[in-house]
Amino acid sequence: MADEVVLLDFWPSPFGMRVRIALAEKGIKYEYKEEDLRNKSPLLLKMNPVHKQIPVLIHNGKPVNESLIAVQYIDEVWKDKSPILPSDPYQRALARFWADYIDKKIYVSGKKVWQTKGEEQEEAKKEFIGHLKMLEGELGDKAFFGGECFGFVDVALVPFYSWFYAYETCGSFSIEAECPKLMAWVKRCMQRDSVAKSLPDQHKVYDFVLQLKKKFGIE
Amino acid sequence: MAEEVKLFGLWGSPFSRRVEIALKIKGVKYEYIEDDLQNKSALLLKYNPVHKKVPVLLHNGKPIAESLVLLEYIDETWEGNPNLPPDPYERAQARFWAKFIDEKCLPALWKALFGEESEQEKAMEEALQNLKMLEKELKDKRLFGGGGGGGGGGGEESIGLVDIAANFIAYWVGIIQEAVGAEILNRERFPVLYKWIDELLSCSVIRENLPPRDKMLAYFISRVQAAKASK
Repeated sequence: MADEVVLLDFWPSPFGMRVRIALAEKGIKYEYKEEDLRNKSPLLLKMNPVHKQIPVLIHNGKPVNESLIAVQYIDEVWKDKSPILPSDPYQRALARFWADYIDKKIYVSGKKVWQTKGEEQEEAKKEFIGHLKMLEGELGDKAFFGGECFGFVDVALVPFYSWFYAYETCGSFSIEAECPKLMAWVKRCMQRDSVAKSLPDQHKVYDFVLQLKKKFGIE
Repeated sequence: MAEEVKLFGLWGSPFSRRVEIALKIKGVKYEYIEDDLQNKSALLLKYNPVHKKVPVLLHNGKPIAESLVLLEYIDETWEGNPNLPPDPYERAQARFWAKFIDEKCLPALWKALFGEESEQEKAMEEALQNLKMLEKELKDKRLFGGGGGGGGGGGEESIGLVDIAANFIAYWVGIIQEAVGAEILNRERFPVLYKWIDELLSCSVIRENLPPRDKMLAYFISRVQAAKASK
């Protein structure tokens, strides 16, 4: 039976991008469905009744929710090609630990950077840069977070690169200046088709952020 | 080479107890080291510099932190009595509910019981909603299950990742409610969940890896008193 794979997504979502990258890494054909988050489709509400959020991976009619869970699912089902998680249990635990760190820290602290100004924004920038530096430290001199090969932690983090221009412009700072090694890692990731084709243009994301700021009355 | 497994934990922490349950189900021998929260031990800071929290597992000198990460590590490292099923879709569902418990249920319950008065009502509503969703997921199963033979009544429903992750709901919530004088989780509201609690707590591996009730209650009562005194 041919596999039917559908992805419910929203173009600027870094979480959606993670799943796009994983599907591309494995060469899986799928139907991409853009959701209007102000007017969620009946399919989305049916497939993710608990959180009502994207991304939702639907495989032969059955939904898998939460981006990192979907990435692991993809890795386990299409296991004969391009492994995303390492095979060693200790390395896997480290990968899950750092992906969890990224989930807990990057989105929330990045959001604070573009949503605030003045003193609050300075605090937010410090926190955000602090987390990036922590990750840069973990990367060290390795090509990717898992070592020689592109993997789970890279997939978890690299989508946020599409938001860097927005963070930098709103916050008046340079991520390249603060974390040069991390930016070198970004460039390596962007050389992969799966990443380059899954991330939207940074300027498009910035325009989206400006629209959000207007909508929420943030100067 | 002889295997060395050490667990840095806290007697009252549900997260720490989760890891102990998982190790016990697998029959793994380990050395338990109680952490002194007041003076976070130098060892803890060395092995979990990122979060500086327990539980931390040291396996042959290599540290791993975060209880849900540890549950999967234990499953993959030691054979027998798995806490995750073999099917990828069922594994994804188990991971989803474990995450839901940690990121939604626990924070809402905590805020509803200990939060600022202004936040409590909203948190209470959220906690009730979350518990209802969890109950719906249980349906007519005795346990959330998915495990492969560790400590449950036997058969296809054995203790799984979600049962272990939900230990806070099965045991701590009742104690905290008594200490605080609030009631969110009760048998009338959540008959299905209470059946699950009864089933879970009847498993010896769970029961034997919980902090003593009176000691835990005394701890929370003193916390409540300290909070009142500081107002």
